[in-house]
Amino acid sequence: MSMFEVDIFSYGFVQRALISGLIIAITCSTIGIFLVLKRQSLFGDAISHMAFGGIAIGTYLNFYPIWTAIGFSIVAALAIAKIRQSTKLPSDSMIAVMLSLGLGIGVTLVSLSDGFSVDMFGFLFGSILLVSLEDIYPIIIVAIIVVSITIVYYKKFVYIAFDEDQAKISGIDVEKLNYLFTILVAITIIVSMKLVGILLISSLIVIPNITALLFNRGFKKTLLISLSLSTFSVFAGVVLSYYYNLAPSGIIVLLSASGFIIAFLLKNSIVK
Amino acid sequence: MPLVSVESLSYNYNSLPILENVSFNIEEGDFLGIIGPNGAGKTTLFHCMLGLLNEYSGRISILNQDIKKFKKIFKTIGYIPQKKSIDQKFPLTVQELVSLSLTRKTSKNVVFEILKQVGLYNMKNKIIGQLSGGQQQRVLIAKALVNNPTILMLDEPTNELDQKSQNDFYFLLKELNEKNKITIIWTSHDMDAVNKYANKVSCINKRMFFHGDKHEFFSSENHLKNYSESTMQIHMHEHNI
Repeated sequence: MSMFEVDIFSYGFVQRALISGLIIAITCSTIGIFLVLKRQSLFGDAISHMAFGGIAIGTYLNFYPIWTAIGFSIVAALAIAKIRQSTKLPSDSMIAVMLSLGLGIGVTLVSLSDGFSVDMFGFLFGSILLVSLEDIYPIIIVAIIVVSITIVYYKKFVYIAFDEDQAKISGIDVEKLNYLFTILVAITIIVSMKLVGILLISSLIVIPNITALLFNRGFKKTLLISLSLSTFSVFAGVVLSYYYNLAPSGIIVLLSASGFIIAFLLKNSIVK
Repeated sequence: MPLVSVESLSYNYNSLPILENVSFNIEEGDFLGIIGPNGAGKTTLFHCMLGLLNEYSGRISILNQDIKKFKKIFKTIGYIPQKKSIDQKFPLTVQELVSLSLTRKTSKNVVFEILKQVGLYNMKNKIIGQLSGGQQQRVLIAKALVNNPTILMLDEPTNELDQKSQNDFYFLLKELNEKNKITIIWTSHDMDAVNKYANKVSCINKRMFFHGDKHEFFSSENHLKNYSESTMQIHMHEHNI
């Protein structure tokens, strides 16, 4: 009997991994397109690294680490947004500061508490095949919130990403919507990090979107291409990781990056 | 009552004066060309008038409303920024971009009507980055027109356009000014275009040293000499001469 003859979709843990992974792929692609277009691709990385600092603090102080991660990430996200709006400092430099700060706090506290624990590895590299039913509920709730708010403010978010000044003149409250969007990014990352890992989360946010941009289509079609690519990467990644006993988050990122490389080569007519 | 009134406007950046005591009025139906050398404060003046900069002294009112107190007044303005500020790789079709300005009250058919008016209806599904410079400027005008603005403000709109595209563009602006009764305010380095299309001229170099009828400006050697001297001063300052 070949290994592919086993019906993996009948296993509960695979079903949970696919459901949660696909929901996260959709959510990350949806917020990711705006981040990429605002040239804030590394924003997700900064937030996830701050979440790592938050988790380390929670673990060190014996609090439930998710709560400290949420607090830390939201504060960091709002701080980046505030500094970006009120100073002339380039936003990428602020992202670099937050990214290093989160990692610095995390590594220091981990070293104080005698090295990495298994949980910490789970947060760093993800454990999508270990997702429980209880883990799926917050993912669904956050996905509904993020996608609904994005649909409601879709045109305003696009306008702000296209040109903040013009959006402001047209009467859009750019500052408030930037804060709202920042919070959406932070909560998406926090619910996603247990599945794909802090170090890999930004790949789901960035790679499908920059791949979709290579197709040179309008906004809605670009988003649709990105959603297709990210859901395919997650689906194929979970299946392949089961059959070949690979780290699912790693294979998801590799599939996603392969999609980008193939699209790039096709676009530049190297493969013809 | 003037449509726009700027009174004693001064703006400093890092303690350096960018605008000094600028005052002028714009009447309904004006086609005003604002000229001045690079660094004269034209874009800063626009940004103050559009509410993008608020730390100025003086008063700016549009339709007799102080713009600091009545933010909704900006909805009466269509703004076209300098072309270099447009991201050429942004994934928007012409129709999607023009629709960004649509409000719930505006019918989607308005977008098609306006695209026909600016001659881009057949390109509605093209990506903006695939259009020529002149076509991109027309798309931005279409976007600005969606909500039926009273005023159209354009910041050096014809930079990077060839002569034919410039002529077509100014022809469209003239049509909007005369047929749609839209007041046009545009900044430019192009004295010939201002002389040809504007009915009024503002000459700025930190201070406003002329504002009025274009014939008065272009027929006065004194005004032209003042403008040339101020341009020269800026040039010498920039090159430490």
